[in-house]
Order: sequence, then structure tokens, then C-alpha cells
Amino acid sequence: MLELAIGIILGGCALGAGCAMIAGIGPGIGEGNAVAAACEAIGRQPESRSAVTTTMLMGCAVAETTGLYALVIAILLIFVAPGRLVNILLEAVG
Amino acid sequence: MTILYLILSILPIVAGVIIKVMYVPVSDGISITGAHVFFTIDLPLGGLPVSEAQVNSWLVLISLFFFCKFLTHDLKTRNISVRQVIAEWLVKSVEGLVRSNMGEFFMGFGHYIAAIMGLSACSSLLTLVGLFPPTSDINIVGGWAIMTFILITYYKFKAGPWIYIRSFGEPVPFLAPLNIIGEVATPISMAFRHYGNVLSGSIISVLIAALLTNVSKLIFGALPGILGDFPFLRVGLPAVLSVYFDLFSGCLQAFIFAMLTMLYVSGGFPEDEYFKRKRLKEAKKNNNSQVIKNTNGGI
Repeated sequence: MLELAIGIILGGCALGAGCAMIAGIGPGIGEGNAVAAACEAIGRQPESRSAVTTTMLMGCAVAETTGLYALVIAILLIFVAPGRLVNILLEAVG
Repeated sequence: MTILYLILSILPIVAGVIIKVMYVPVSDGISITGAHVFFTIDLPLGGLPVSEAQVNSWLVLISLFFFCKFLTHDLKTRNISVRQVIAEWLVKSVEGLVRSNMGEFFMGFGHYIAAIMGLSACSSLLTLVGLFPPTSDINIVGGWAIMTFILITYYKFKAGPWIYIRSFGEPVPFLAPLNIIGEVATPISMAFRHYGNVLSGSIISVLIAALLTNVSKLIFGALPGILGDFPFLRVGLPAVLSVYFDLFSGCLQAFIFAMLTMLYVSGGFPEDEYFKRKRLKEAKKNNNSQVIKNTNGGI
């Protein structure tokens, strides 16, 4: 019975981490749009290349934030949560 | 003296490697763990753990201090040396960055921006010598983000508390709760962005190293003796990815952290109100002094 409970905890954590990383879609699309627009801008005005690149990197980093939130959650679910939850379970069982 | 400063700036990094070899236990195989905790200081409100991340960031601080000393200790007006050219270029580029992003009023911020940029970049680059990068620990980056948050709030208060409170009611008053959440989210998102990027880079590097070990065991496992155990594929291949995850990502995150600090501080500062208030105050002062002069003259 205890093995089953621990198995459910581990499986739940892994599933949760996988679901959290679905958030990676958003930053991917957003950064793709940003880079496409930057390429267009450089194509139109090649002399403004450095300014456009700096601004694009800034924007990409900000757009990445939601993806990184998901990443932090996934890392916590994989490396931190299983140990804690199993400890709680063992304490409850006694 | 020049050589002494250079040696003193390299010594802390060497000390970090020695501390790691002496005190951090070797993990068998490839594993992903947080910073190793050296010891815990007992305090009234729970223990204060002194971890690898903190020690490494202190070492980077000492190293950077002596490196700055090395760059600037013997400045001349003519016949300048290569060191001085580098130092002048650094100062000029940081001042240009601050001037173009924050304006003339904030020129004093150059020191803070340069310090945080250098500290962040050098901390991330510590992975190149095999040390634990302090920026992949949320406590270190969180501290910097809180520092930035205090600066932002201070400059928002510059035009008086009433203007600060009123800024939450913009554009319409019932959005105030959202504005408050956005205010608190600023340091959290700054800390998570920097720490998540560096940490994900190091985790991906470890996973790739583990994958290459297994693949090379599959391919070369049939070889006799020590040749069969040696992970041939791990030689050189992970270094290609390290160029992106350690070099590029670390430097880019340092730049972005500094850039966001500048934008948030100068963006939150109520410029018009501040200068209006300043003018009013000066006018009042002038009036008062004139009144005093007049009364003196009358007597």
C-alpha cells in the first residue's frame, strides 16, 4: 500500500512537471514574432542593426519570463517536491 | 604593485577551487543538487546556512575589487598604459549606457549599474572554472532584486508620498489591486528570470553529459579494460553547448538585469512632479530670504 502511495506521488510530480512545461509554447511563439519583426526592421533599415538587436534581446528576455516561471515550477516538482511529499506521507503513516 | 594586484584578483578564484576540492563531498556519478551548505550559524530566528553560493559570491566580490584596483591604481594623463585604456573604455561605455537609458539626472547610477553587471557576469562565468555559479541560487539573485526594488520605491517617493500612492490609481482607481500585484511582481520576476536562465543552462549541461556517457557506453562498451569505461563522447562535445549556456546566456542575463534596473528606476520616477516641487521649494526659499533681507533693511 505504501509503495502504491509513493508511486502515485512520484507519478503525479512527473506529470505535473510535464504539464507545467506546456507554458513553453507561449514564449516560443512570442519570441519568434519578436525576432521576425526585428529581421524585417533590419532588412528595411540595415544601419539601425545594433539598436534593433539590443532592443530585441531585451524584449525576448522579458517575453521569456512566463516560460521561466513554468521552468522553476517544473524543477521544483522534479527535484524538491517528491522528497518533501514522501516525508510528509511517512510522518502521517508513522 | 601591478603584478601584486593581478595575483590578488586571481587568488580568490583559486581559493574557491581549493575549498571546493577540500570540503564539498564528491557525488558518485552525475547528479543534480543545490549549493552545498558548509555550516549553519545559529541565530535567534532560525539558523543561517552559509552555502557554497554565498562563499563563491564573496570570492567574486574580492576578486573584482582587486581587479578594479589593478585597472585603476596608477592613472596618468599622458603616455597611458593598456590597463588605463581598458578602464577608461569600461567607464565610458557604462556612462553612455546610463545616459542613453536614464537621462542626465541619474548619472550617479553608473557605479551601481557597473557593479551589478560585473558581479552578475563574473558570477555566471564561474562555471568555466568548475565552481558553483552563485547566480543559479535564488537567494543571491533575490538579494540583488530586492536592492533594485528598494531603489525603485525610493525614487518613486522622491516627489512625496501622495504622488506615490496616487500612482497606484492610474489609469482608473479600481485597477489598484492589479497595480499593487504588479509592483510586487517586479523583483520576483527579475530574480526568477536571472536565476532560471542560469540554472536551466547548468541542468541541461548535466543532462547532456549524462546522455553522452550512456551513449558512449553503448558504442564503445565492447572495448577491453579501461577503454570500455572511458566516456569518449564527453570529450569536447559539451563544450560547444557551454558556449551558449554559460558564456552567452550568463553575459546576456547580466546585461538584461542591469538594463531592467535602469528602465524600472527611471520609468517609475515622477519627473515632472519632482521638478515642479523642486522649483516651488526654491521659490519659497528665495521668497523667505528676500523677506528676511527686507526686514533687516527696514530695521
